[in-house]
Amino acid sequence: MAQVSDVADNQYSRTKTLRIARYNPEKDSEKQFMEFSVPVEKWTTVLETILNVKQHQDHSVGVRYSCRQATCGSCGMIINGKPRLACFTKVSELDSDVVTVEPMNNFPIIRDLAVKFERLFDTHHKIKPYLDRDDTELESDAKEFLQSPEELEQYIQFANCIKCGLCNSACPTMATDSSFVGPQALAQAYRYVADSRDKGKDSRLKIIDESHGIWRCHFAGSCSQVCPKGVDPAMGIQLLRGYMLGFKS
Amino acid sequence: MRESTIMKIHYGTALAAVALVAVHILMRMTMNFADSLEYETVLANYKFIPYAIMLELILVLLSIHGFNGLRVILLELKQGRTYEKAVSYGCLAAMFVLIAYGSRTIIMTNMGMV
Ligand code: HEM
Ligand code: SF4
Ligand code: FES
Repeated sequence: MAQVSDVADNQYSRTKTLRIARYNPEKDSEKQFMEFSVPVEKWTTVLETILNVKQHQDHSVGVRYSCRQATCGSCGMIINGKPRLACFTKVSELDSDVVTVEPMNNFPIIRDLAVKFERLFDTHHKIKPYLDRDDTELESDAKEFLQSPEELEQYIQFANCIKCGLCNSACPTMATDSSFVGPQALAQAYRYVADSRDKGKDSRLKIIDESHGIWRCHFAGSCSQVCPKGVDPAMGIQLLRGYMLGFKS
Repeated sequence: MRESTIMKIHYGTALAAVALVAVHILMRMTMNFADSLEYETVLANYKFIPYAIMLELILVLLSIHGFNGLRVILLELKQGRTYEKAVSYGCLAAMFVLIAYGSRTIIMTNMGMV
């Protein structure tokens, strides 16, 4: 029996075509695709196929990655048309003989698959992504800020964000509105507003209540479709609107 | 104005318009469609003050809603200080022009000036 399953496993082992979008903004006028044949096992991730190309075929492919375990948020790209983490996407799950990788939409390209994150970090920073209060747990006589499991439930899902930017890449408003705060930052605004230890709700709501703020979300929901960490930015945005429309305090 | 205030008005006008347009449609269903468009019927509608007030309200609500909607679309299309100012004031001005022109029709017909 062991032999039979070995045979079945080996049947998966094959070569696939990896199409990589190549673009150097300093030299090229447009993106061009280069095709590579890559060996793939059942468990091979898209990132591994790209690294295989870098190691054995063309070391000049520009790609950013670090943790290889969906934690650092570096390897977001468009894989077969959908924003995904390359290290968290197995080739076998794509169900296709051709794997096409492109840089994320709505981000300026540095080179090939690597994009600039300045706007993401700026908008993230803008919503004050930290507990906003005057006292601190660090003073010697101060007590830690207690929180019940119910209070934790209010925001913990949103604390899983790894700032990969896939949601911003999928968002239709991000595509045309260069000043939009974006789903990533809005989800984080909710994460802190809903944290019982935070006292910065009013100032944070004010920051996102402007002409390119929270109201420019039109319920497309694509952010939540692509989030690899189950954050559901679209829901965070609607919950935040609840505060702003007076349904929640 | 705060964006949240504007959007409360946007959603509020939409809800109110749904209610008033429903009344408007129900009133039109009291007779068949062709008859309701007869010249005399239309004039009589405008002369019936409560109905004329309702039409005026629909005009105001949907002008506010529609032109704010247009402002939102234009703000998302292109960005820039001068452009955004022009969009905001342009939409506001266009809204007032449309309300003024529509009100003129309603008031003149109501007062028998046509
Ligand atoms: C009475 C029924 C209506 C309802 C319930 C309604 C509701 C809404 C809502 C909820 C939005 C916000 C959508 C968003 O933020 O994504 C919206 C946007 C908009 N509405 Fe209306 N509306 C109605 C009628 C109208 C009419 C008659 C017009 C045209 C005069 C209009 C023009 C617009 C425009 C231009 C937008 C902006 C586009 C957008 O944000 O997607 N609406 N409407
Ligand atoms: S919300 Fe999800 S998709 Fe968006 S940056 Fe955070 S982890 Fe990535
Ligand atoms: S390499 Fe860190 S998330 Fe993919």
